[in-house]
Amino acid sequence: MRRIVSVLLENEPGALSRVVGLFSQRNYNINSLTVAPTDDETLSRLTLTTVGDDRKIEQIVKHLNKIVDVVKLVDLTEGSHVERELMLIKVKVSGAQRAEVMRLTEIFRGEIVDVTPTIYIVQMTGTSDKLDAFIAALEGTTILEVARTGVSGISRAEKTLSL
Amino acid sequence: MEMLSGGDMLIRALHDEGVELIFGYPGGAALHIYDAIFNQDKVEHILVRHEQAATHAADGYARATGKPGVVLVTSGPGATNAITGIATAYMDSIPMVVISGQVTRDAIGSDAFQETDMVGVSRPVVKHSFMAQKAEDIPSIVKKAFHIATTGRPGPVVIDIPKDVTEPSEQYPYEYPETLKIRSYIPPQKGHTGQIKKAVEVLLSAKKPIIYAGGGVIQGEGSEEVTRLARSLGYPITNTLMGLGCYPATDKQFLGMLGMHGTYEANMAMHEADVILAVGARFDDRVTNSDVSKFCPNATILHIDIDPASISKTVTAHVPIVGPVKAVLKEMNEQIKASSTKVDKEALKTWWEKIDHWRERKCLEVAAEGETIKPQHVIQALYEVTNGDAYITSDVGQHQMFAAQHYHFDKPRRWINSGGLGTMGFGLPAAMGVQLAYPDATVACVTGEGSIQMCIQELATCKQCALPVKIVNLNNEALGMVKQWQDMQYGGRHSQSTYADSLPDFIRLAEAYGHEGVRIEKLSELKDKLAEAFAKKDKLVFIDVAVDQSEHVYPMAIKGGAMSEMFLSKTERT
Repeated sequence: MRRIVSVLLENEPGALSRVVGLFSQRNYNINSLTVAPTDDETLSRLTLTTVGDDRKIEQIVKHLNKIVDVVKLVDLTEGSHVERELMLIKVKVSGAQRAEVMRLTEIFRGEIVDVTPTIYIVQMTGTSDKLDAFIAALEGTTILEVARTGVSGISRAEKTLSL
Repeated sequence: MEMLSGGDMLIRALHDEGVELIFGYPGGAALHIYDAIFNQDKVEHILVRHEQAATHAADGYARATGKPGVVLVTSGPGATNAITGIATAYMDSIPMVVISGQVTRDAIGSDAFQETDMVGVSRPVVKHSFMAQKAEDIPSIVKKAFHIATTGRPGPVVIDIPKDVTEPSEQYPYEYPETLKIRSYIPPQKGHTGQIKKAVEVLLSAKKPIIYAGGGVIQGEGSEEVTRLARSLGYPITNTLMGLGCYPATDKQFLGMLGMHGTYEANMAMHEADVILAVGARFDDRVTNSDVSKFCPNATILHIDIDPASISKTVTAHVPIVGPVKAVLKEMNEQIKASSTKVDKEALKTWWEKIDHWRERKCLEVAAEGETIKPQHVIQALYEVTNGDAYITSDVGQHQMFAAQHYHFDKPRRWINSGGLGTMGFGLPAAMGVQLAYPDATVACVTGEGSIQMCIQELATCKQCALPVKIVNLNNEALGMVKQWQDMQYGGRHSQSTYADSLPDFIRLAEAYGHEGVRIEKLSELKDKLAEAFAKKDKLVFIDVAVDQSEHVYPMAIKGGAMSEMFLSKTERT
């Protein structure tokens, strides 16, 4: 099962490598990873998606908690949450395709952020599923490049991941 | 405030932390630190002959005393040579602080001479690591490093220090912090009372209980409490390889070691138990055997461990208790006293009868065959000669298992071996660390002619420091455990496990290093010659014993089987 784990991490050199190292060391998968400082500059927030059964996820959470730089963490998929991913996608467009891709972008509530006579760059946010669906909808169009940020997420309602 | 250079700060901080001994080897990036050592007399430095030995010696010191071991090495090869010893300490949860020199800050990342990313290289085998970016940070880093290494589940911590940070001409105000707080690191102080209560109820209602105690009981200073618990309940207790000594081995409630080379009675009792209380043990594959689904099918498992990640990692715990073993066991003992549920004496009596029946099998007994010395005889003689009261370090292989089976440890911290990583070469340097901690104690290193050659150079350190370690070499002229597996699983094809023609004369080798040596070849002279060697209190004696080359370690778990499935000899199995 796919899980989203958010981690508050000391903003220290080496902290990120300890988290990433844990995954390779213990043969866990990371499907996506995103990390940036928070409003508190001493803390980074790292969000990763991984796949595993309950037992494996329990071990991942426990081992993450053991890393000295990890202050707090939450498995967002345990409760109700909002998740988003941002994608920039560069497509080759000419002729009738230009209108078609523009229409698709509107349907998916994306934005065309750069245009040349032959190229569109589309910006899209949403769940990973939605981004996958957009890519699938572009079938027949030449996709030149895809840049995705990986999932970021936050729990709904009162529940917070903070100090 | 006192002004000190980074190098002086480091040594002063170690002193302020209570460090008396450090083990190390100098080199370019560490020379400012070595000069700081030269200029003081509070922290003593032991010069080893290889950085791996520095870590094992510090490790042995830590295992024997409970205090953290401290290592100082230079950058590059000094640092990488220390890795094996760091990994050894990590696998067995031993408190250790390793200080490595590093190239100057401006040279980091330039592939400078003797540059290695020590923080990166050591990452998978340390509890935590630091790089000192400024001299002013050294005192607080040292404080944090010792705190992290010694609390919670202990482990090694690396401090990497660029050479220019220890520059003697640059001085800064020094103050050693009295307290510290690390918001992301708060080890548990006690167990959950409700969980303990639940465990006590299950434990008291057991019909066929067993206590399975591991190295965590020794590291967590829980021996007294676990002994009290076992005695008050009258339950059988078994120890892991790492837990030997946490319960007196000569006591009648002790079933011996469990696991791959555990006793018949311990493994059978585990397999048939209805309640297992696991304390400071981690259901290692050398205990559970490879197929966990066959492990103790009838048992309700109560698991006490300081590390939540050890609980339900391989075997699901029905009642998990996260906390320091000492505090949890203490609370458990109090609750047992107060509980209205009483031990089922009838059921326990029947259980003990069953266990005594298994015991009658005498699975460790060896018959004498003329003048041939069986390796087990050597350990038995060693036990007698030292009155069961020596510190025994070991290397890795058959000799390690024979020592674990036949030396009966009545006290914690007497049995010092590399259980998790299984590091050959551990024994001699570890013995040095023990002997330095307890100069008057009898310290013996039980080894084999394979393992001893992996850190043989430390005979020189023993000479320099006048360490009267006794080396008991079970010499079967082969890599015994490898050969045993090849006999049992590879049709007797001894691929690269024999070297009889090229073995050194260990007596002359010991003499070349300025020590004494004695060779023992006959069973009838074993005990006397051993006693004679051990009577030389102020000398290192290399005791080279020619043992039966065909001997295997039994019992031995059958691969993929349950705990009850064992080979009991070359011809018998359960």
